[in-house]
Amino acid sequence: MRKALIGLTVALATLAGAAHAQDKKVTIGVSIPAADHGWTAGVVFHAQRVAKALMARHPGLNVIVKTSPDAATQANALEDLATQGIGALVILPSDPDPLVNAIKRVKGKGVFVTLVDRAPSNNDNSVRDLYVAGNNPALGATAGEYIKSRTPEAMVAVIRGLPIPIDQQRQDGFDKAVAGSNVKVLAKQFGNWNRDDAFKVMQDYLTKFPKIDVVWCQDDDMAVGVLQAIAQAKRTDIQYVIAGAGSKEMVKKVLDGDKLIPVDVLYPPAMVGTALELTVANLYGQVPVRGSYILDATLITKENAKEFYFPDSPF
Amino acid sequence: MADTLARDTTARRFPIDVDLRAVAPFVALALLLAVGAFANPNVISLDNLLNVATRSAFIAIIAVGATFVIAAGGLDLSVGSMMAFVASLMIMFMNSGVIADPLMMLVAAMLLSLAIGTVCGLANGWITTIGGIEPFIVTLGTMGIFRGLTTWLSQGGAITLRSPEIQNLYHPAYFGAVLGVPVPIIVIFAVALIGAFVLYRTRFGRHVVAVGSNEEVARYSGISVNRVRTVTYVIQGLCVAIAVLLYVPRLGSTSATSGTLWELQAITAVVIGGTALRGGVGRIWGTVCGAFILEIVGNIMLLSNFVSEYLIGAIQGAIIIIAMLVQRSLMRKS
Repeated sequence: MRKALIGLTVALATLAGAAHAQDKKVTIGVSIPAADHGWTAGVVFHAQRVAKALMARHPGLNVIVKTSPDAATQANALEDLATQGIGALVILPSDPDPLVNAIKRVKGKGVFVTLVDRAPSNNDNSVRDLYVAGNNPALGATAGEYIKSRTPEAMVAVIRGLPIPIDQQRQDGFDKAVAGSNVKVLAKQFGNWNRDDAFKVMQDYLTKFPKIDVVWCQDDDMAVGVLQAIAQAKRTDIQYVIAGAGSKEMVKKVLDGDKLIPVDVLYPPAMVGTALELTVANLYGQVPVRGSYILDATLITKENAKEFYFPDSPF
Repeated sequence: MADTLARDTTARRFPIDVDLRAVAPFVALALLLAVGAFANPNVISLDNLLNVATRSAFIAIIAVGATFVIAAGGLDLSVGSMMAFVASLMIMFMNSGVIADPLMMLVAAMLLSLAIGTVCGLANGWITTIGGIEPFIVTLGTMGIFRGLTTWLSQGGAITLRSPEIQNLYHPAYFGAVLGVPVPIIVIFAVALIGAFVLYRTRFGRHVVAVGSNEEVARYSGISVNRVRTVTYVIQGLCVAIAVLLYVPRLGSTSATSGTLWELQAITAVVIGGTALRGGVGRIWGTVCGAFILEIVGNIMLLSNFVSEYLIGAIQGAIIIIAMLVQRSLMRKS
């Protein structure tokens, strides 16, 4: 009898809880670029990971993750999502400016819009309610500060990404951080955020400069090529390489205490998860989240690396 | 027969003509090296030249295959994506661990990648010939297919060789050297030597050139045009697979962006080497030289101190055009 009573109470409580949770049925549309390189692959992974966790937490919540290879396809995907009746949209635009009108159309229907990472020229509340992004100037600045404090007299070889605004912001942040110090930049070259190109550029740097103290290569993918070129040349003058993003390969090296990769600078693809969490907080927690949420370009060290390590991620 | 006879008389009338055309890319290379040495003496240091030659291996080997395809009047735009696709499958096979012994596993993976390359080439060849579709369109399509499959296999990220034993075993294939000559350079020479023998000394090679210079005439002479064309794509696929065998040990991983735009580099190497883009002429050694020119141009730019990082692309383009003009003027003189 007692057992039955307890069982009944538990069942009732569960039902009540479920009923309460199901009170609010919301669908969130997530529109992100298709995985075409390491970082976007990470975005897709984390969008799906966090969507699953959120749906488990809120039974009434439905998250639809849609990937698109380019801006035009993404505009279509937005329309498809809108017709399915979404309460909120989380979007990481492949190319923000051409997508502004499509996003505004969705917002005009009273949908809560969260914009992630890439901002259009007029990034105000007419386009989105919430803006979540990493900090590109800080990515460069964090690397610059680290080099300045650990090796004040370092001669640094720089490998940039592609000649686009994000790359310029990172470079400016770096230049500002090392300005006026004794850190000397030997050369800057584009490695196109590509392993093979970074390998070649590093090989040529090693031929050109008899002594390099530090390599700043801005991105974890390129660090793979850089490390291989250094290993091949058997050069021992390079004290360390500093990259960025937070790929599992490089975070693992930091965790393992690799001498050449002592730290990494975070520009996390997991920020799409931050955006999703905040959006859900707005819908279910009734907390104000409107505005801009800029993530730090955290320095990943041996001590905190575990927090940023995702062994199952493709990136 | 008539074809051979005509060429013999040409050769006799302008003996110097043939020589100069074959020599032109090497003259362009020599000029480049001279300019490079002036910009930075390190350019002509042995270490630097070996580095550059070693990393030109991928494009050079792929371009040897492209020489066959282009000489037969075809075109293959899929080689860059195909390289990434074959390399991804090769690494995934080695990661699967179906064979316990690392050496046996490596040998099996190498054979597998050669087989996959051959099949990919065969697919390009059959769709072109049996399907009767322009090679430009066919290989544009397969370029998308191979790239898409690679991105899907890697989930957009990277596919990395996991076993450290295989990695150690495989490492010398790119970084090793025999008597001071890096392995990739030896492979370039071996592939070019076989390629040159097949193109210049066998009946099949003559058929390739005949099909490329005039398809109708070749058909009336009893050459199976479709079979010759298909085989050129198979050779191309095989060359891509050989390039993969050298590519995988370098970084031990592939990503969705591996080999992007390699098709254009391969075609550029072939054209710089003196092969006509419309077919009918094939120059294997010129192609190898062309691939080397492409790499050394980038190398010289980086080692010299006076070029802004923003201008490198423009200057590379200009140097390629100048190399072609040098070649053209040498031909005219004859």
